[in-house]
This record gives sequence, C-alpha cells and structure tokens, in this order.
Amino acid sequence: MMMLFYSAAAIAVIATLAVISSSNVVHALVYLIISLLSVAVIFFVLGAPFAAMLEAIVYAGAIMVLFLFVMMMLNLGQATENEEKAWMTPKLWIGPGLLTAVLFVQLASVLLTQGVALAPVEVGVLDISLLLFGPWLLAVELASMLLLAGLIAAYHLAKR
Amino acid sequence: MRFEVGSALSIGAILFTVIIVAAMLIWVERRLLGLWQERLGPNRVGPFGLLQVVADMIKIFTKEDWVPPFADKFSFILAPPIIMVVILMSFSVIPFAPGVGVIDSDIGVLFVLAMASLGAYSVMLGGLASNNKYALLGSLRAAAQMVSYEVFMGISLLGVVALAGSFNLREIVLSQSDGWYVVPQFVGFVIFLIAGVAESHRLPFDIPEAEQEIVAGYHTEYSGMKFGMFFVGEYLGVLLISSLLVVLFCGGWLGPAFLPPIVWFALKTGFFIAFFILLRAAIPRPRYDQLMNYGWLFLLPLSLLNLLLTGAFILWQDGM
Amino acid sequence: MLRLIKDTLTTQVVTLWRVFVHAFAKTDTVEYPDVQPQMAARWRGRIILSRDPDGEERCVACNLCAVACPVDCIALQKAEDDEGRWYPEFFRINFSRCIMCGFCEEACPTNAIQLTPDFEMAEYVRQDMVWEKEDLLINGTGKYHDYNFYRVAGKKIGGKDKGEAINEAPPVNVRSLLP
Repeated sequence: MMMLFYSAAAIAVIATLAVISSSNVVHALVYLIISLLSVAVIFFVLGAPFAAMLEAIVYAGAIMVLFLFVMMMLNLGQATENEEKAWMTPKLWIGPGLLTAVLFVQLASVLLTQGVALAPVEVGVLDISLLLFGPWLLAVELASMLLLAGLIAAYHLAKR
Repeated sequence: MRFEVGSALSIGAILFTVIIVAAMLIWVERRLLGLWQERLGPNRVGPFGLLQVVADMIKIFTKEDWVPPFADKFSFILAPPIIMVVILMSFSVIPFAPGVGVIDSDIGVLFVLAMASLGAYSVMLGGLASNNKYALLGSLRAAAQMVSYEVFMGISLLGVVALAGSFNLREIVLSQSDGWYVVPQFVGFVIFLIAGVAESHRLPFDIPEAEQEIVAGYHTEYSGMKFGMFFVGEYLGVLLISSLLVVLFCGGWLGPAFLPPIVWFALKTGFFIAFFILLRAAIPRPRYDQLMNYGWLFLLPLSLLNLLLTGAFILWQDGM
Repeated sequence: MLRLIKDTLTTQVVTLWRVFVHAFAKTDTVEYPDVQPQMAARWRGRIILSRDPDGEERCVACNLCAVACPVDCIALQKAEDDEGRWYPEFFRINFSRCIMCGFCEEACPTNAIQLTPDFEMAEYVRQDMVWEKEDLLINGTGKYHDYNFYRVAGKKIGGKDKGEAINEAPPVNVRSLLP
C-alpha cells in the first residue's frame, strides 16, 4: 500500500512538472489528466474510494474534457508552440521557484512537527452519505439549490 | 476496504474471452445486418464465415502502421490504446456469474462511470492529433456528445443504485432475485439504453464518425492496428453497455436453474447486443442539434424526474 | 414531452419492429458460384455460330451482322466453295467490345449467329476475348432446330438445282409462250 502511495505521488509530481514545462498545450493537458488520476489513486490508497472516483469522474472525466474542447476550438499550431518556448526563459522561473520553495519548507515543517498519520481509515460511500445528509444537510441543500438554479438557467438558454 | 480480486488465471480467462467476443462481434454484426436486410453477410471464410474475423485481423495487422507527418505524434499514438484500456478496465467490475469476475468492488458503478468518462479522451485526442479538419469536427462532436450523455447515463443509474442500496454491481444483481429492475425502473432502463448507444457512439448516434458528412470522423487518419484498436474498442463498448444493462436492469446471471448462471448472463447480453445491431439496421442518424436537444431538453428532465419519483417511492415504502 | 413519447412509439419502435420482421423473410442473395442461376432462354449472352440440321455451317457470310453491329466488333471475310455455297473464310468477334445487344442475331437472315444464356465470359488476358470462327461454331442448331437456309432458298448449289427447294415451284421457261 505504501509503495502504491509513493509511486502515485511521484507520478503526480512529475506529471504536474510536465504540465508546467510542456510547451504544447495538448501535451500539458494530457499530463494534467495523468496528474489528476494519480491524485485519485492517492485518495484511493488513503481509504476514500468515493472521493477517488469523484475525482476521476468530475475532474479527469468532465472538466478536463471541456478544457480539451476549448483547445480544439482555438486552433493552436506550431506558431503557438514556438511562442510558448520563447516565453519559457530561465528568468521566469526565479520568482515562482522561490515562492514554491517557501511553501515547500512550510509543508515539510508541518509534516515533520505535526506527524500526520498515514494509516488508511476507510471512508465508505455510506459514511459520506450519512455525513452529508446528517450534520451537513443545510450545506448540501444550499449547494443543490445553486445547482438547480444553474440547471434551470441552462435549460432556458438551450430552449431558445 | 472490501475488494475480492479473482485469481490471475480467471482474470486472464475473462480478458481473453472479452476480447475474443468483441472481435467476433464484427462477424455477428455483419451477419445480423445481412439477416435484417435480406442478405446473407460474410459466409465464405470458414464455416458460416466464422473465420472472417481471423482474415480481418490478419489484414489489419499486416497493414502499414502509418503516422501522418502533419500529425502530433505523441497524442496520435496515445489515443487508440486509451479506449481499449479504459473499456477493458470497466469489465473488471462486471460480475459475470457467482464467483466469476475480476474485482468485487464497493464502488463498481462509479468505477464504470469514471472509465466511461475517460473514454472520451481517446476520441478527442485522436481527432485533435490528426490535424485534419474532418477529424477535428468529428472529435468536437464526440466530445460534446459523450460529455452530455454521460450525465444522463449517471443519473439514470441512480434509481437502480437507490433501490439496491449499493454501488456494488454484485449486490445489485443479488438484490434483483425477487424481480428485475427493468420493471420498476423502466424509464431509467430506456434512458440508460439510449445514453449507452450515444456513449459508445454506435448507430444511430454515430455522429462523430458520420461517413456521409465527415469522412470517418475522428479516425479519418488512422490505419492498421491503431484503427483496429478504435474498431475493437467500439465493439468492446457495445459488449460493456450490454452487460451493464443485464447486470443493472435484467438480473445479471439470475434465471431458472436449468441453465448455469454464466449461460444466462451470456444469453441476456447476447439479446442486448442483437438489439444494438437492430438499432443500427433500422434507425436513421439524427442531426447533431437534434441529438443535443433531445438529450438536454428531454432525457435530462426525464431522468431527474425518474430519480425523484424513485426516491419518493423508497421513502414512502420505508414509512409504511 | 408527451408528443415526443407518442412519436417515438409510433415511428421509431414501429420501424424497429418492421425491420426485425425482415429476419423471417426470404434472402434475396443468390450464392452465385455455388448455386447457378437459371437464365431465361432468350438471355443475350455469349454469341455462337450454329450449324444447320445437316451439320453444315449456316453462316453465308452476308456481312449483315457486321453492318448491324453498333460497336463494330464482328469481322468476317466471304469465301465460296466448289458447290457454290457461301461461307465465311474467317469470322471474328471481339468480345471485349461486344455489348450483347443482339442486333446481329436480328439481322442474320439464316439464323446462323445466335446469342446464348452463357454469361461467364471473363478472361485474364485481353487477347483471349477475341474469338475466331472455330471457337464460335457449335455442333448444333441452336434455337431453330429444323431451319436449313439452302433448302428453302432458291440459290443453286451442288446437289440442289433451281426449283428443288421446299415450297419452290420449278423454274418457268420465260422464252416459251405456252401457259
């Protein structure tokens, strides 16, 4: 189980780095999908299969499809790729690199001092449902009202 | 976590059977189309033309595996295996019979939905990488179609999930021992059937690859085994949707005891495969906007209504 | 929505049923090389040259068929034997040009050239499509069993003088005044 976690984490980190450094937008998107799927595997290993599947369905399966859909419409060719390459200068990396390093140090110190337990605690579908429709019922209902408004608006737009 | 994984031998046997059956569907489809069009279909190679599949495979394997110079090589090669892998992964949660199956997972239904949604990438990347206007049009259509119909597919399943009280496909089958869900969930069944046809972009919803309008859609530039993977992937999709229909709505392997359970499963799946082919033989292709309107303005409200009524029914029954 | 459901039931489902019923209809396909089709006797297929009941060639090399042929695929040369019979020295049909129109058969005054129901005429070498007289001649009378041109025609040949043909009156002596 530990092996699975670390390998999935490594894939996630490498794929995310590839997302940033890739100059071809489509390749970057493919790496982003891989990264999201490996995060889903991490959820799975940590004992949240429901969250893992939702990650795969919603993020990797639906939102990224829409990203790719927009990419198709933009008609990006070799010219864009060259432009991207020209923008990717080492000078650009200094600022984000420094900020990320600070964040990383913070994360590492938190992990080292607090000592987060990696013991998988199974959270099944039933537990999540009981939580959602028990203590968090009001939040769920509010969110569903928001979604219903969006649904009706979309229906209205489609009808015209 | 409760995951009962089958032995390596049974996994291999299931994988082999599924791929062989999907390949044989090429022959089955052509013979059945012939039957319904008062023709004979392929009957020259081997007894009843059964070896036609072998001939097709030899042809497709020995064909030049060509990547167009204007294509994006990375995505072009990546696209076809995705659909094969994704659909074969989905088969891992299907319970074929008691004790026959790869994984017995508590999130089986969600896993199938996740894999179905990932299948859209195969089509989209294939069309985008081809750098061809027809391929691009095809994959645009495919993307919109698959994303939309996934929604109704998911919602139409939820009625069954609510009735069975589980995402585990094996438990869903077992809970149907005193009545198949096709009766109380008939609306869900019909919506799932339509969405399944659209998900596997089979006729009449093969708009992404409509030959008369956009050559062959997203696989215009593909040849050889890469095309073969798209082709077999489509038949794997038909097999998957048929077996899902059987598992979710028609009692899986359950049936009178005079036949073994696996035979019941095969018979029911075969019935739905034949129905898919009948749909292809009979129904003309709708226009693209008609497909979208039909989905969002008719199927979505209907599936939501179905879910609402199912929930209300369950609550009413619990109150009694 | 109700209208859509009604339309679906009355169009799509009915279509499905009607197509399904075709499964029990008779197949239209003829499995040709295994099952030979029964061609009509008047089918215009491969051209042959027939013989008369006595076994002589019917063709009298009158060239009418070559003239009638719209694609000019027939070529022949007249010759005459010692008895006064006309016959083709060569008779050549180029089947790669022939369109099986049957005009030659209609034009033929002696029923010699006839079209048969045989249609399996494909060849691998184009030159094999050109058929000579010995390829075209058959040992039979074809569609007209009793017809013999020289028996009914007035022409004098060896062994048959003028006036000896069927239904032919003896020649009149034009120089005589007797009735």
